[in-house]
Amino acid sequence: MDFNLNEDQVAFRDAARDFSDNEFAPHAAAWDAGHIFPRAVIRQAGALGFCGLYCPEAVGGLGLSRLDSSIILEQLAMGCTSTTAFISIHNMATWMIADYGNDQTIVRFCPDLVSGKALASYCLTESGAGSDAGSLRTRAVLEGDHYVVNGSKMFISGAGATDVLVAMIRTGESGTRGISALVIPADSAGVGFSANLEKMGWHSQPTCEITFDNVKVPVINRLGEEGDGFRIAMKGLDGGRINIATCSIGTAQAAICRARDHLLSREQFGSTLSSFQALQFKLADMVTELVAARQMVRLAAFKVDQGDTDAAVYAAMAKRFATDVGFEVCNQALQIHGGYGYMQEYPLERYVRDTRVHQILEGTNEIMRLIVSRRLLSDADIESIQ
Amino acid sequence: MKVLVAAKRVVDYNVNIRVLSDNTGVDLNNVKMSLNPFDEIAIEEAVRLREAGTAEEVIVVSVGTSACQEQIRTALALGADRGILVETDEDMQPLAIAKVLKAIVDKEQPSLVIAGKQAIDGDNSQTGQMLAALAGLGQATFASQLVMGDGEATVTREVDGGAETITVKLPAILTTDLRLNEPRYASLPNIMKAKKKPIDVYTPEDLGVDVTPRVKTLKVEPPASRKAGIIVESVEELVDKLRNEAKVIS
Ligand SMILES: Cc1cc2nc3c(=O)[nH]c(=O)nc-3n(C[C@H](O)[C@H](O)[C@H](O)COP(=O)(O)OP(=O)(O)OC[C@H]3O[C@@H](n4cnc5c(N)ncnc54)[C@H](O)[C@@H]3O)c2cc1C
Repeated sequence: MDFNLNEDQVAFRDAARDFSDNEFAPHAAAWDAGHIFPRAVIRQAGALGFCGLYCPEAVGGLGLSRLDSSIILEQLAMGCTSTTAFISIHNMATWMIADYGNDQTIVRFCPDLVSGKALASYCLTESGAGSDAGSLRTRAVLEGDHYVVNGSKMFISGAGATDVLVAMIRTGESGTRGISALVIPADSAGVGFSANLEKMGWHSQPTCEITFDNVKVPVINRLGEEGDGFRIAMKGLDGGRINIATCSIGTAQAAICRARDHLLSREQFGSTLSSFQALQFKLADMVTELVAARQMVRLAAFKVDQGDTDAAVYAAMAKRFATDVGFEVCNQALQIHGGYGYMQEYPLERYVRDTRVHQILEGTNEIMRLIVSRRLLSDADIESIQ
Repeated sequence: MKVLVAAKRVVDYNVNIRVLSDNTGVDLNNVKMSLNPFDEIAIEEAVRLREAGTAEEVIVVSVGTSACQEQIRTALALGADRGILVETDEDMQPLAIAKVLKAIVDKEQPSLVIAGKQAIDGDNSQTGQMLAALAGLGQATFASQLVMGDGEATVTREVDGGAETITVKLPAILTTDLRLNEPRYASLPNIMKAKKKPIDVYTPEDLGVDVTPRVKTLKVEPPASRKAGIIVESVEELVDKLRNEAKVIS
């Protein structure tokens, strides 16, 4: 067992950091304030390989492990949480097409997606089906060589700005087995987008409701077989949860760096804040929890890479733990900054706003606990969860 | 033509340098190291020459410990074709590095050598010039623009008074200034491809070069920390202090 990054991982990390420091960090506050989706910078990120991290090389991706991908995304998140989170969702949706699509679908969509020339959204949630995603009602009816889709999807990241929708749609019976995954070009006739929903954070990417009004989707665009959709959606989320957890870790790291500098420079009561033991201990706790969270995320990534039968359980534990720790660390870093932390001149309040949603999306942290406890209370050996 | 680029492993420009408590040097333990920024510009310029079809091969050479392989890999990821590491644990000073580079120049016979105008650790700005003298080649230092001609290069140099344009016969040595170009980012696919590019390893002994340090460092000290300023109440007070305390106006 070796916890050190290998030579490649060091090179990937440094390259990602270099890009993030120069192209994300200086603009993140302006993107946040102006609700700007940095399309050109994401395209640039795509040209450097960040849009097809774990897609296989055969489709033009980099074929990296989830562990490598996490190491890379963490560095990007240090510069802009929200933009990196979008890129991570794009990676997830692109991987789903690459892994479950037929040759025609792969050839049609993957080259532009892995290079960031085109962008993808992941569409599972509906207004009536959130945590209980298996109850989704958007329906596709088979008519010859195509489906006709009707319904709507809620809270879709990137919607309106993305080109490809990977959508989970009911093609059969009720429940999770009646769901199929369809790849729908965003410019298909009958696809409509709501106005950009106003939200607490994640301002550098739009979130919209999507409506489908008699949208024709060729059968060839289906991922896997009919009825495989929910399983494919959950497979995507195993990686997605690791990615979102990673975005929390990177942001928390940035927050800790800020907090430490502030402790060493801000003076009150005649000495720097760093001389007060209450704050020293706070910093110690923050970094201890962050290191624990990072290791857990990397363990989960490793389990997905290994194809471990409990990979989903590790991903759920990592997502729950790292997004809770990430938010708390950012919040404490804000506290250390006092009133300055609350001001938009400093990034702390943005870190707090941006990491808050990580506890909610890609499965709420309550649902993560559900996944973990269900596994633990099942018949399977519990000591194999280590 | 062949272009040889010199690349140095230095403490990353973002790191706050800490002097060792025994004043023998700076603390390099667990410190982030990277490619000297001026050398990154040198690599970029060389790679652009190859992309333009002016150069056929870009070779990157680094002198130092085996860890320098990391910086050579970075250079290969940025587009250099192959690497040379001259491995030594000796404290490498500009003259010793210049001698090693001279041996590599003799071996490789490049038409152009590009190096940074200085490395951000020692800030010596000597290696390129010494190499030019040792190898008997023309030099164009502090370059902010390079135009390749037939058997010669026209170089705009950053000098105290502004810019100076000179022509040097090839083979020649160029050292880079900040404005020469803006280096690209290493892409992830190129980082992966860089692994397959060859790196030859020599020792100074292999090259017949004596790298024993000639300059002895007596003591390394941090610069005096800046004293806290004061806020004056009025312009009169400011003028008074400038005149009577700082004595910078009369
Ligand atoms: C900014 C943003 C971006 C998003 N992007 C996407 C996207 O790109 N694609 C997509 O498909 N979805 C996306 N979502 C949707 C997100 O995944 C859902 O909001 C989330 O799964 C929760 O669903 P819900 O909002 O309907 O909450 P509900 O399911 O209504 O949950 C409400 C509360 O009840 C809790 N709860 C529910 N059931 C249980 C239970 N059985 N036991 C205990 N507690 C329970 C939940 O944890 C939560 O606290 C996004 C959401 C946001 C806010």
